[in-house]
Amino acid sequence: MKLALALRELHRSERNLAVCLLHVAQRHRADAGVSHLAGDLARWSRQHVAELVTVGGRYGLRMRAEPTYGSQQVARFWRAAGDRFGNRPEMGLLLLADLRKVHRKAAGVSVVWELLAQGAQAAEDGELLDLARRCHPQSLRQMRWANARLKELSPQILVS
Amino acid sequence: MGRRDRIAEPWGRRTPYGRGASWPVRVDAALEDGIRGEDVERWVPSASILHSNGDALDIAVAGGRIVGVRGRGEDRVNHGRLDPKDLFAWRANASPDRLRAPLVRREGRLVETDWDTAMDEIVRTSRQVLDRHGPGGMGFYTSGQLFLEEYYTQAVIGRGAIGTNHVDGNTRLCTATAAQALKESFGSDGQPGSYGDIDHADVIALYGHNMAETQTVLWSRILDRLAGPEPPRILCVDPRRTPVSEAATVHLAPLPGTNLALMNGILHELITRDLVDRDYVDAHTVGFAELADRVRDYPAEEAGRISGVDPGDIREAAQLVASADRLLSTVLEGFYQSNQATAAAVQVNNVHLVLGMLGRPGAGVLQMNGQPTAQNTRECGANGDLPGFRNWSNEAHVAELAELWNVDVMHIPHYAPPTHAMQMIRYAEQGSLRFLWVTATNPAVSLPELRRIRSVLGDDRLFLVVQDLFRTETAELADVVLPAATWGEKTGTFTNSDRTVHLSEKAVDPPGAARSDLDIFLDYARRMDFRDADGNPLPNWHDPESAFEAWKRCSAGRPCDYTGITYERLRTEGGIQWPCTSDRPEGTERLYTEGGFWAAPDVCEDYGKDLLTGAPLEPTEYRAMNPSGKAVLKAAGYVPPHESPTAELPFVLITGRTLYQFHTRTKTGRAAQLNDAAPEVWAELSRGDAERLGAAEGDLLELINPRGRLRARLRITGIRDGTVFLPFHYGYWDQDADDGRAANELTVTDWDPASKQPIFKTAAVAVRRVAAGEGTPAPAPTTTASAPVTGGVPPTRGGPAAEVDESPDPGEDAGHHRGNGA
Repeated sequence: MKLALALRELHRSERNLAVCLLHVAQRHRADAGVSHLAGDLARWSRQHVAELVTVGGRYGLRMRAEPTYGSQQVARFWRAAGDRFGNRPEMGLLLLADLRKVHRKAAGVSVVWELLAQGAQAAEDGELLDLARRCHPQSLRQMRWANARLKELSPQILVS
Repeated sequence: MGRRDRIAEPWGRRTPYGRGASWPVRVDAALEDGIRGEDVERWVPSASILHSNGDALDIAVAGGRIVGVRGRGEDRVNHGRLDPKDLFAWRANASPDRLRAPLVRREGRLVETDWDTAMDEIVRTSRQVLDRHGPGGMGFYTSGQLFLEEYYTQAVIGRGAIGTNHVDGNTRLCTATAAQALKESFGSDGQPGSYGDIDHADVIALYGHNMAETQTVLWSRILDRLAGPEPPRILCVDPRRTPVSEAATVHLAPLPGTNLALMNGILHELITRDLVDRDYVDAHTVGFAELADRVRDYPAEEAGRISGVDPGDIREAAQLVASADRLLSTVLEGFYQSNQATAAAVQVNNVHLVLGMLGRPGAGVLQMNGQPTAQNTRECGANGDLPGFRNWSNEAHVAELAELWNVDVMHIPHYAPPTHAMQMIRYAEQGSLRFLWVTATNPAVSLPELRRIRSVLGDDRLFLVVQDLFRTETAELADVVLPAATWGEKTGTFTNSDRTVHLSEKAVDPPGAARSDLDIFLDYARRMDFRDADGNPLPNWHDPESAFEAWKRCSAGRPCDYTGITYERLRTEGGIQWPCTSDRPEGTERLYTEGGFWAAPDVCEDYGKDLLTGAPLEPTEYRAMNPSGKAVLKAAGYVPPHESPTAELPFVLITGRTLYQFHTRTKTGRAAQLNDAAPEVWAELSRGDAERLGAAEGDLLELINPRGRLRARLRITGIRDGTVFLPFHYGYWDQDADDGRAANELTVTDWDPASKQPIFKTAAVAVRRVAAGEGTPAPAPTTTASAPVTGGVPPTRGGPAAEVDESPDPGEDAGHHRGNGA
């Protein structure tokens, strides 16, 4: 069944999003309005990953729940860099780029949840459908958060 | 007429009354030593300026000086009573260290100058910043202590003339969550309830609201109910033991930062035990299914596990509110300045909505304010809102403002929510905001993480204007300091927490060259030559009353409609509650009486936000969710605070107020009676925590975390274990040090995602004992939440200097109380 493919892809992209949010949180630690929320939203993706690992077992998938290779070391690097350069004007443009990346990744995740929910219905897998119904809205909220922050911050960063 | 030490007895004499009866009058009066009633030449009407209660009073004038105050017995708010701060702090107006001339920075030092020099410098820099950075380079950080006319003028100058989105007030620190919670639930700001609800309620719930200290006169009203027949039962949610918790039937003391989990637990009980008013919910709300679904995860055991509260107590609290015939709830900083502030405050609204407890005498919500004129900052658009509770995301609302001000609609920023204070600080930190004008507030003591704030405000790139009464800690960092007139020295209106508008008239001249804030703003506008589309001056008013009339036009048709109010009516009738229109000339005591809300998509002030991420709803989303403008039952899950105790930093720090001081003590610290009652910072710990540290009453403690440190004497109180409390009032203007005293050295830079209110009540700190007290007790009042639980501490007394007249019989000197003075 190709549903396993979608599960594997979703697991990969949720993990990826979690790491991206974690790095954004560290890199922009001087920007409390971004950093704290990015950390909170990374937790959602980590929970999704953990749940996908459990469900994946039923589809013969063996996937890792932990964050990806070296992500902690990279986070530490970005934390140090953020602390050092966080107040420079150039960080504003970097922040817009990072938020754009979060938006793009969250949008990607959201689409795969959509696919998975459709597949779960066709496969009559109620548990998987329930999982998609719980997690998909959170992906959308991650995406809307990034979009809202972009809307709010871009006028100042681009014009003033 | 009795005399009473109102430092020792802040709430004065009891005047008991029963449910549904009228609160008896008790007129409090304090005159300067040696002045008798007959020496007073004029009684000038005003209201209290040192808290949000809006107590009506008359200012006594003799020989061109303020010589005292007296409560107004016939006013709906206070029935004659005054808070100790009002009774004593008027003396600060005449302090010898008032600013009497503008100051400019020359070679690193502030030196006295004249108005032309100071204003020219401000105008020149404004023009430079506008040329180089555009309107986004300009920011205004105002107050909850100016007058309505001044806020509206600031809003028009900032949003209409300059076109910057960066206009906010220190109301962000005290009342932003009240406003946001009201917007989320009811579509628009506007206090649903009335102080009169205290007369009718049989259950009163106070959530994170130590009313006994923050609104002493309102608490007196509750004390008088408690002393009378059919007393109300009280629910108190507060991690400290307070005068409120002492009076409570049920006291829940949650771990700081867990209010939402606790509220979800209470709602879980109400819903699963089917204590809900289904008819009200069906007729007047949307979102019930989602709320029920969300709180399903919070049975009492789970809510209790998160919040450290006995599940049985949570059930009992739910039972108490559900058993009410008329339920009144009040909410304040214990919720507003804590983790998930808006989400938690909204759940209080939800309790009332699911129980159908709104819009009837005794059935109301008071999402309280912290400062005297915070309501006006909000309604006038001098904080993160547009004037008249208009919706930044509704093009038609912005077009109304453009028409009113006769400016291009594109010139009024509405591409994103108005910028909040902490974001303005961030823009200044990064160098894109270059001009900041601070009025009547003291961010160098009141904002979180002070080391950072001092570095931002003191940065050479930032041109800082500070307009105040004294050389505050913030003024010391300024490029230009402007001396302002204060309460009693200028005329204007202000509105309290229950929408009551009072007129405060000029009683005496300001000192030296000080000018009213309104005059300063209008002078700036003339010098900047701000014009509307037809080349007429903007703003086009010239004094308080013409500013008020302009504001009335802006408020017309909006929830905060002032069109039925005039200065003359306020002079002759006293306080009036908005909305007040030609249809409702007597004003409006309670909102939402018929279950109707200002929540329709075309009307509402806000489409709401995701309570966890802060992302605003799009207009289309709101329209789909709430097409007919019902109240919104908004749910949220618990998210732990961003900073939690660790092995190295094992305590949760919460900061707050004491009864005897206000804000950063600019006035109360200069009134001997008040300052002597609470002269210095202290730290509160529980008995168990003090024992574990080997510390006793009065021992010197040091509180440390990576952001800073401070030293304070220990007071052992009934606070919950693991929590340390610091009063936030103490800064550096009255001592040599410039570090190590202010509570905000330790607080965290973090804010609620929806209301953007900074979180002052969840920082992690280490506490160690550094020296023995050797018999000196902590400099903390014994009459309040800082009451010692150990013996041997002398009680707080004011002595003869704090004795105040309390008139038991309003008739005994009839005709004397009505002060039409000026």
